[in-house]
Amino acid sequence: MSELTKHEPHTIYIKPSKGLAALNLRDLWIYRELIFFMVWRDVKVKYKQTLLGMAWAVIQPVMTMLVFTFLFDKVAKLQTEGIPYPVFSFTALLPWGLFVVALNQGSRSLVAHNNMVTKIYFPRLILPISSVFSGLVDFAIAFVILVLLMFYYQVTPAWNLLWTLPLFLLLAIITALGVALWLSAINVQYRDVNQALPFLTQFWLFATPVAYSISAVPEKWQIVYALNPMVGVVNGFRWALLGTGNGPDITLWVSVGISILIFISGLFYFRSMEKTFADTI
Amino acid sequence: MTTAISVKNIGKQYKIGAAETKFHYNMLRDVIVDTVSAPIRLAKAMIGRSDRRANQNFVWALKDVSFDLEEGKVLGIVGRNGAGKSTLLKILSRVTEPTTGTVSVRGRVGSLLEVGTGFHPELTGRENIFMNGAILGMKRAEIDSKFDEIVDFSEVTQYIDTPVKRYSSGMYLRLAFAVAAHLEPEILVVDEVLAVGDAEFQKKCLGKMGDVAQQGRTVLFVSHNMSAILRLTQEAIVLNKGQLLMRGPTQQAVDFYLSSGQSQAGERLWDADEIPVTSAPFTPISLKVKERSGKIVDTIRSTEPVTLEFEYKLDSSVTGLRVGLYISTTRGEYVFTSFDTDDTALYDKFDTRHAGRYISRAEIPADIFNESRYTVGVNASSFGVRRYFMDENVLAFNVDISGAPGTQWGEPRVGPIRPRLNWKIEKLD
Repeated sequence: MSELTKHEPHTIYIKPSKGLAALNLRDLWIYRELIFFMVWRDVKVKYKQTLLGMAWAVIQPVMTMLVFTFLFDKVAKLQTEGIPYPVFSFTALLPWGLFVVALNQGSRSLVAHNNMVTKIYFPRLILPISSVFSGLVDFAIAFVILVLLMFYYQVTPAWNLLWTLPLFLLLAIITALGVALWLSAINVQYRDVNQALPFLTQFWLFATPVAYSISAVPEKWQIVYALNPMVGVVNGFRWALLGTGNGPDITLWVSVGISILIFISGLFYFRSMEKTFADTI
Repeated sequence: MTTAISVKNIGKQYKIGAAETKFHYNMLRDVIVDTVSAPIRLAKAMIGRSDRRANQNFVWALKDVSFDLEEGKVLGIVGRNGAGKSTLLKILSRVTEPTTGTVSVRGRVGSLLEVGTGFHPELTGRENIFMNGAILGMKRAEIDSKFDEIVDFSEVTQYIDTPVKRYSSGMYLRLAFAVAAHLEPEILVVDEVLAVGDAEFQKKCLGKMGDVAQQGRTVLFVSHNMSAILRLTQEAIVLNKGQLLMRGPTQQAVDFYLSSGQSQAGERLWDADEIPVTSAPFTPISLKVKERSGKIVDTIRSTEPVTLEFEYKLDSSVTGLRVGLYISTTRGEYVFTSFDTDDTALYDKFDTRHAGRYISRAEIPADIFNESRYTVGVNASSFGVRRYFMDENVLAFNVDISGAPGTQWGEPRVGPIRPRLNWKIEKLD
């Protein structure tokens, strides 16, 4: 009985949620520990029963970087604004890796946890959010590799611009989360998303200046090109770390605008679909 | 007394249709048109301008249900399959939203059907306790303080740092149950219909439910087992086709449930909306009570054999299927259970039943039943594999005992059966 009297229970009102005003952020705050546990579980489980364990977090971006170096540096001889190609591409692979994890795990997060969704209440936003956050662990590991690479190639970081890096990381997270919100909610009803994901990832990679420099895109098309929010993220990372490019210009603001638009609309779309998740999943 | 749960005009609408008609194309042309227009359809559906809405059917799983429940009360919920019991519990535990109406719930709602949700096979017992606790809405400090208690209760102390994929299913369930049982919600909902696990485990659930009720918590209990409802609740509501038919003291509600909606004609036909989707490929069609002449009756004579005919359809072959009958009294005590493949010769012959319509027919010999009303339930399952369909309250029949042993005294006999025993009387001196 003492357990019962420990806290005064608060009353919950359950009613059909109307319109878009139903963003229940208070519940998200109450359940914040669950986000931590989900991320912790993802990280713990991800490399279990693998021979190489956490080394995979290093192998994946490094191998991609090596392939890119061979194809675009040795064969195609792309210009990289004076930066050694491995450093140039690896800088872009950092936010790109984060985005790919979010795109793939995040979009599948609701369907993958359907037993949780159909059995208990918790703010569903937690699932895509924690998928995106768990990508941050791989990001941190890859970041250490980048530092080593820069040291090896004797590339001096742009010290005066480095402080902007967290802002670009935030932009990367917002972009990734926005896309994950849209796709995870659509995936509940239309599993077409699962089929489209590998293709979408590949297509998106080509449309983002990961392997090449934005200067390869004709000037007059750059604004259209920046409608892909990852353009702003990747350019931002290169600018903040290596000092290449023009810094914040119109293309960045276009990317930021689109990114925020996707995020906010994704949030509302997700919330408006949330009430039927348990019925349609 | 304070109100723990207040339900006002709750309704829940589900979409059906569309999915079922989707693959019924008449012509290749339709297939092509449909394939080509698929991306357009997807886009339309996403912006909410779906033209499919017109040909979709809606069903109300719950309609206009209202009731209040005071703190510390135990409420039973009875009703047939598809009556809306599970939907009601899902709304109360906020898994799904109502279409209409409002509910106010005072305190945390826990349910024993969420046992083991979020358990990950690769994580150890210890890690899963924290994970599962967080999913059920416990704070980390709360889990910390109850950790030892949970481990003790689960009886897996020495394996607590072993990944749960190495656990036996019994250990797994015990650990999962231990976490759920220590959540200590103000309101507990128990859906026995959906409860997983073996009989032992279900017993443990019911035991826990009794404890919880004694501690002054509010409990909602859904079951098909009338004796459990009668034993554990003082008050019950009866749901039928999504509507609340009555609320009253449990005995009254159970009597009402058993006598209402049941066919008086000794026959029960299943409507499509009464069959859960999970029963596929098994579809029940009808259950009939027939006397010797083949006539369908609702009152049988105890001195004559009676035949129970269960007709059903299989959409694909099923291996090891057994179709059975439960006979129980209207107070919920079982009289007996019997399966159509109890006989090993029949079991071997019908090892695999192919798709098609079947009748399983049982003749119950004369002189079994006493004067009373009996409930017939059905079950279709593959032992140890899966339960396809189960309905413990399909229909009821009356028994007329004229001519039965002992009727010359005209007094009621206790006990559910009234066998004609082979009495011998010997004079010894």
